[in-house]
Amino acid sequence: MIRLSGVSKSYGTASGPVRVLQGVDFQVNRGESVGILGRNGAGKSTLIRIISGAETPDAGTIDRRMSVSWPLAFTGAFQTSLTGIDNLRFICRVYGVDTERHIPYVEEFSELGVYLREPVRSYSSGMQARLAFALSMVIEFDCFLIDEIVAVGDSRFQAKCHEELFVKRADRARIIVSHDPGYIRSHCDRAVVLQGGKLHAFDTLDDAYSYYTEMMA
Amino acid sequence: MNSGGDSLAAAWAIQRRVIGALLMREILTRYGRHNIGFLWLFAEPMMFTLGVAALWTAAGAHRMSNLPIVAFALTGYSLVLLWRSMPTRCISAIEPNLSLLYHRNVKIADVFFARLILEAGGTTISFVILTLVFWLGGWIKPPEDVLQVACGWFMMGWFGIGLGLTMGVLSWKSEIIEKIWHPAAYLLFPLSGAAFLVDSLPPIGQDVVLLLPMVHATEFLREGFFGSVIRAHYDLTYMAAWNAGLSVTGLLLLRSIASQVRPE
Repeated sequence: MIRLSGVSKSYGTASGPVRVLQGVDFQVNRGESVGILGRNGAGKSTLIRIISGAETPDAGTIDRRMSVSWPLAFTGAFQTSLTGIDNLRFICRVYGVDTERHIPYVEEFSELGVYLREPVRSYSSGMQARLAFALSMVIEFDCFLIDEIVAVGDSRFQAKCHEELFVKRADRARIIVSHDPGYIRSHCDRAVVLQGGKLHAFDTLDDAYSYYTEMMA
Repeated sequence: MNSGGDSLAAAWAIQRRVIGALLMREILTRYGRHNIGFLWLFAEPMMFTLGVAALWTAAGAHRMSNLPIVAFALTGYSLVLLWRSMPTRCISAIEPNLSLLYHRNVKIADVFFARLILEAGGTTISFVILTLVFWLGGWIKPPEDVLQVACGWFMMGWFGIGLGLTMGVLSWKSEIIEKIWHPAAYLLFPLSGAAFLVDSLPPIGQDVVLLLPMVHATEFLREGFFGSVIRAHYDLTYMAAWNAGLSVTGLLLLRSIASQVRPE
């Protein structure tokens, strides 16, 4: 279980502080898939960063009883002068996982071939995303954060990702952030809508969906 | 990976693991696997110290005192590297590592600690190797009191850690810090006691330079190295007060920015 209570966050700008989140209450239970819908700039990424622990809120509390992944397919944490394998080593060390045991899986899944032993700098963005996704699967998290990854690689690779994330790891919790209600609808048990820094919860996917489409109209 | 009810021991184990991972990442990023690889960690400070020792010998700096100039340069310049390299590496350390915060166990403090350990380790190994080489080569006599030398080294290392943390966080708050650090470090070098003995200064000069904490560790270490040949001037309590003050300041500053740092 992960529970956010009364979470608020503001950022200082040249024209004064801007409140991004305001008294947000949010809970995700084990094995649950929850979608977070919101327009661009609604604070989705801020919320994800707070849930992942990359950022701390100004007010409110977070109770984490599950291990939480970094946002899936996030490539920004790569040290691009190091090789794919060295980046894998770093992640494994940070999370206390044996590296060597996971090299075959990453080789097979990322389909990077000899490039796995080349600096990440030489990768295309698609190759980086493939490596990032493979690394995320090496650490067995209780809860995966999925931040608009819908477009990783070609359709065959997307199918592989879907298999890993939603079939093999169906027992895990997932928090999926998107402005695409169709994706949320097909992957989540329920959804919340982020609007003007406040979070609106709904009992059913349909309620969240109709609220969101009305809001966008 | 559990949170919430983490015991202190588990938290310590995680932090050690994270700092270890950052250390390896830092070594590979900085030195790579080409030519001598991570040996650069101490080859670099050794080259500095050797160069300075050679320069001072050639410049005839021995007329400044009756001490062997090689040992004088070795002790003085190694100590400069120790207090100067840690802040230099901590400045602007946050920005390029912000994205690591997505790994929940990685904290900004870990980034600093990994760099501090690396710098302290590199300069210490360099100092030890050069001392052994010079001694076995017959250029210097071994230190008279090894424990006192180690103690002086430790005091300077502690100073570097406190200064490094403080400057590292301040440089994140303001870009001016990075700009003024390099000239400041350059100007402080000749005043830090590396190139003179306090005893050789006129009394008014002694009072002034002894305001600088680095001078105390340098004098103390040299007394351990040369023994009664020199008359050292130091007050380790004064230096410890500086060190503690800087360490506490650095840690408080670190805490104060915890809610402000955020990855892209």
